[in-house]
Amino acid sequence: MSSMQTWTLVFVVLTFGIYIYIAYASRVKDTSGFYIAGGGIPSPANGAAIAADWMSAASFISMAGIVAFSSNGYGGSVYLMGWTGGYVLLALLLAPYLRKFGKYTVPDFVGDRYSETARLVAVLCAVVVSFVYVAGQMAGVGLVFQRFLNVDTTTGTIIGMVIVFFYAVLGGMKGITWTQVAQYTVLITAYLICAVAISLQLTGIPVPQIGFGQILTELDGLQRDLGIEAYTEAFTDTSMLNMVLITGALMFGTAGLPHVIVRFYTAKSVRGARYSALWALFFISLLYTSAPAIGAFSKYNVINQLSGTTEAEAPAWYQSWRDVGLIEFNDANGDGVIDMAGGDGLGELVINNDIVVLATPEIAGLPAPIVGLVAAGGLAAALSTASGLLLVISSSVANDLYYKKVNPQASEARQLLVGRTAMAGAIVVAGYLGINPPGFVAQVVALAFGLAAASFFPILVLGIFWKKCTAAGAVAGMAVGLGTTLAYQLWTIDIYGNAEGFFGIQETGFGTIGMILNFIVTIVVSQFTTPPTEVMQQLVEDVRYPGRTQLVAAHATGALEEDVLHGERAAEDEPRDTGPDERPGPG
Amino acid sequence: MDQRQRTAYWRRNLRLMAGLLTVWALVSYGCGILFVEPLNQLSILGVPLGFWFAQQGSIVVFVLLIAIYVWRMDKLDAEYGITEYEEEVHHS
Repeated sequence: MSSMQTWTLVFVVLTFGIYIYIAYASRVKDTSGFYIAGGGIPSPANGAAIAADWMSAASFISMAGIVAFSSNGYGGSVYLMGWTGGYVLLALLLAPYLRKFGKYTVPDFVGDRYSETARLVAVLCAVVVSFVYVAGQMAGVGLVFQRFLNVDTTTGTIIGMVIVFFYAVLGGMKGITWTQVAQYTVLITAYLICAVAISLQLTGIPVPQIGFGQILTELDGLQRDLGIEAYTEAFTDTSMLNMVLITGALMFGTAGLPHVIVRFYTAKSVRGARYSALWALFFISLLYTSAPAIGAFSKYNVINQLSGTTEAEAPAWYQSWRDVGLIEFNDANGDGVIDMAGGDGLGELVINNDIVVLATPEIAGLPAPIVGLVAAGGLAAALSTASGLLLVISSSVANDLYYKKVNPQASEARQLLVGRTAMAGAIVVAGYLGINPPGFVAQVVALAFGLAAASFFPILVLGIFWKKCTAAGAVAGMAVGLGTTLAYQLWTIDIYGNAEGFFGIQETGFGTIGMILNFIVTIVVSQFTTPPTEVMQQLVEDVRYPGRTQLVAAHATGALEEDVLHGERAAEDEPRDTGPDERPGPG
Repeated sequence: MDQRQRTAYWRRNLRLMAGLLTVWALVSYGCGILFVEPLNQLSILGVPLGFWFAQQGSIVVFVLLIAIYVWRMDKLDAEYGITEYEEEVHHS
């Protein structure tokens, strides 16, 4: 075992020990603790937990590579802006109001504000989106174990499952939140150490965000010399229309993702929810402003050190990453020299996105303990996101389906048992999907944002800002938004339809169009259907102001009866005055 | 709060939101995408300005926007005497 592996093992065992200790110390006894940590997490801690929840294995390991290698610099901006800009929408449009509404889950809000049909659609969306995501996280855990410790991916995934099982089933949201605070600390430390070290090495400036500026001019020059379009040149691989639409889908999707929104329920108060959003974006921005810098540094290193050399002359890191298949050299002209000039990307060299962060310590010549820390950081990113998603699945099943639909008389202890069982079941399914990933997972993760934008975002915002938004309108809007986006994605994605689409719009960007359609349909249908009850309109009004109001308190504790909230007609999904064209489809 | 105060509070909240979301759209969709090419003619610290907005500037501005929102809403709450937050009221 090399010293690198020894250090990796030390850090992995140490961090896992900390997570388990935290979980044991914060184990819960009631459903409020299990679903939303009793609503008592201080804002900075909640912000760190949101950040860890949000930043997945993909953010930590692949983001820098996606920006620098698979999209030649500028094109990768959609991810940087899209995955941070959504927090502005969350903070201003959703977080404070949903917190005031005071329930456990996103389907809870949708069901209470609109109707039972809408609740079921929301549960379905939440579970599907979360499973798609979580499979990728579990696979990420397996990958890190394999690369750094030579454990096979199946064993690695199972180790990850056992750890998540322990702290998520025992501690629920409370255990998950405090573990995520620790995980954020581990992952950001590892990431920033790498970023600072490589910035110092290349530019002599210890702040990567500033060193970034220094390297760009040289990188642009290097790429021009090779006949590749400059790194900072706009629209080389993505058109302006697609840049706008994809950024939109990622932003609005972020603001519609159930596992992010649910985190604002864990805040102490409306004010706490606002501050949580601020802390979360601040913590996220530390990594997201460093990622493009690391990407540019790596690309500079790769071109500078490898272009025009033979394999024998290449530095040691080239060999070690080529051996594990993360660097491929296709010597097209057979001269044994790495030619990068001309063609797409880097000519004869193919660089895997994951290498950028994983190999940084080695390329920058950092000592072995740092490599171990990076491995622990990658695991922290994957585990924290996985546990947050698993909680959404478990609370959707136990709260929204079992308690609200199957057995409303269930005792507290019984609900908690169902929640834990659902969590355990979800972990097993997620682990299975991680070990045997279906081929389409990678694409579907990117598409999930479009689906969230097209289905949830409009009806959440309208539900808060427009008192007269009706249940029929929301169900119709969700159905149209989700339906058109899904249809376009299936029609254009490579592995299914592989069609050109309209105006060259990429499948990842169509969610923005679906969202606009959802807004239009919801507003139009709402004009022609029974308005919400007076009580509901008053409740929506009350949610707009912080501070105690009897109605919100009565609603939050479940004192309001169903017919008071939604009117006598339980089947209020039937529109009253709509023509045949506007009649909503079956949810 | 009576009804008149509530309306006034809500109007000011909406106005603040509208202002902040305008800036939000301007830095990301505006500076980062629509006007990126003209802005790239200018540069700060050697970085083309449009590219800088797309990869650094927009993110920094996003953090500042939420900070301003949180700060202004705290002031607004204080002005309307909202000091009581519903810490215990939670969930069925």
